[in-house]
Amino acid sequence: MASHVTDVARVVITPEAEAVLRQLEAQHGPLLFHQSGGCCDGSAAMCYPRGDFRIGQRDVYLGEIAGTPFYIGAQQFEYWQHTQLLIDVVPGRGSGFSLEAPLGVRFLTRSRVFDEAEQAWLDACPPPRGPQDE
Amino acid sequence: MSTVATKAPLAPLPKLAAGFTPAIPIRSRYDNWIGGQHVAPVRGNYFSNPTPITGQPLCDVARSTHEDVEKALDAAHAAAKSWNVTSPAHRAVILNTIADRIEANLDTLAFIETIDNGKPIRETTHADMPLAVDHFRYFAGALRAQEGTISEIDHDTIAYHFHEPLGVVGQIIPWNFPLLMAVWKLAPALAAGNCVVIKPAEQTPVSIMAFMELVADILPPGVVNVVQGFGVEAGKPLASSPRIAKIAFTGETTTGRLIMQYASENLIPVTLELGGKSPNVFFADVVEADDDFFDKALEGFAMFALNQGEVCTCPSRALVQDAIYDRFMERAVARTKQIVEGNPLDAKTMIGAQASNDQLEKILSYLDIGKKEGAKVLTGGERRIHPGELKDGYYVQPTIFEGHNRMRIFQEEIFGPVLSVTRFKDFDDALAIANDTLYGLGAGVWSRDANTCYRMGRGIKAGRVWTNCYHAYPAHAAFGGYKQSGIGRETHKMMLDHYQQTKNLLVSYSPKKLGFF
Repeated sequence: MASHVTDVARVVITPEAEAVLRQLEAQHGPLLFHQSGGCCDGSAAMCYPRGDFRIGQRDVYLGEIAGTPFYIGAQQFEYWQHTQLLIDVVPGRGSGFSLEAPLGVRFLTRSRVFDEAEQAWLDACPPPRGPQDE
Repeated sequence: MSTVATKAPLAPLPKLAAGFTPAIPIRSRYDNWIGGQHVAPVRGNYFSNPTPITGQPLCDVARSTHEDVEKALDAAHAAAKSWNVTSPAHRAVILNTIADRIEANLDTLAFIETIDNGKPIRETTHADMPLAVDHFRYFAGALRAQEGTISEIDHDTIAYHFHEPLGVVGQIIPWNFPLLMAVWKLAPALAAGNCVVIKPAEQTPVSIMAFMELVADILPPGVVNVVQGFGVEAGKPLASSPRIAKIAFTGETTTGRLIMQYASENLIPVTLELGGKSPNVFFADVVEADDDFFDKALEGFAMFALNQGEVCTCPSRALVQDAIYDRFMERAVARTKQIVEGNPLDAKTMIGAQASNDQLEKILSYLDIGKKEGAKVLTGGERRIHPGELKDGYYVQPTIFEGHNRMRIFQEEIFGPVLSVTRFKDFDDALAIANDTLYGLGAGVWSRDANTCYRMGRGIKAGRVWTNCYHAYPAHAAFGGYKQSGIGRETHKMMLDHYQQTKNLLVSYSPKKLGFF
């Protein structure tokens, strides 16, 4: 099985969420995502103008979705790394300072568990840390 | 109070609200509250605010921008000139008068909060509002009892330490206990002599406006200002303003980091309350007798459903000792199944609506990943569709998962009525599981053995360990997080320190020079 797995995305995006992302890019320029955890609006993918949120040296770079870099905190990654994140969008209100809130929608992080072959591939390819666009 | 919003027509309330006649009506439109009056947003934009009870629009609310934040800061700085130097006795009287006013209008505020947030009216009536009253009274008293210090450096040299207000502070409020969380931040800030600009959560903008109308004749204009709107448009300009002396935030980790980042640019202090994944630990001896204590422990287990689980300290991980697991869980699941779901305005209802559609969706996404990871559903596990007018409201069944602590439902704050249960062998195992989390806000320990309680309570890395109780929030006990759960404390008189500067006057009473020059 493992030989069939050549590339596994840690994070992907739905076409609906990508459409919102394009709308936000047109308004704000290049963006980035940082996966949040904790209270109230937590466990949501926060979307900011690139450069507005300071990516730390220990933040984990999960990849790009529709050309936009996606990061998660190092400690949170330890508990999330066995799942693929699917960034979707739902009607709703508010998620911290994330850019989509005024549109009446909110990015939502859905998840699925990687199978063994995918996990083996991922374990062999640890993700980079720190800001990737500098 | 002859203002724009109070002239706005009444909001369309759910039919189920017929029979309630709040002393302060819910209006169909709300502006900002700046300088003691309703002020329309500069750009004239509003957003629609639904009630989670039915999912239908309730009212329009000011969609503010940085211009409105500046206006609020203007009003706050103007008021600060006199408010910063009022006497403690004067401020304490004002806080007590506010408390009396809330108490006299408790049913109205409880009703408004339930309509706006979706939580059961029995909680707003018996928890949110009485606690809000008590917090104002507590800080009125704490302020009167606070003293500076004097140090005798030597016979002729004295160090005086005075408490001084920071000036004007910013506060960003969450949506889970909208008015109570505002009061947690407001009461100490006002007691300490600060003026405040508040940004409520956009999900729950109404109760704070009713509160401001209610106390408009008590608080001098500009001492408290409310700027409504979205985080990115109104919260960000407030948090990043060089005109605030401190920012307090309750929310989640990424926004917490962003707020610290903004604060670092202005070199101002922050306090953060960022949530948790609180363990609730049940040792074998809880089942030794089928008595009041066991009954209380079972209630403690079911506390995960309080406020629909939308509590930063939700006891969302239950750790049950192996030896009693089956016996205990049989009773605990049965207790959970007795939770009365339904119309939040019904006094019998124990679990109402989630606060927003996106919150509902997030909870459902966790029910999904919980099942995908192989956790076993012991009860619940689905959205609840109530019939009639509630059908489009945001309801979730009280849910218990059985699984292990590395599952994501054990590691993430779902902020819904979702409990993840696992078992432990012994004390060390329980402590290891309890502490295997990014967070450290709350915890619960249940045992009839005082030594077990004490050692577990000291061992858990969390700011509040409820011991043979849960979800009590007295003003006179410190609340706050270890680890990624935040910085600083709320409630308790130590909170005054978070809103005060220390002024040291170092005074020499000696006429003699040092002799260096």
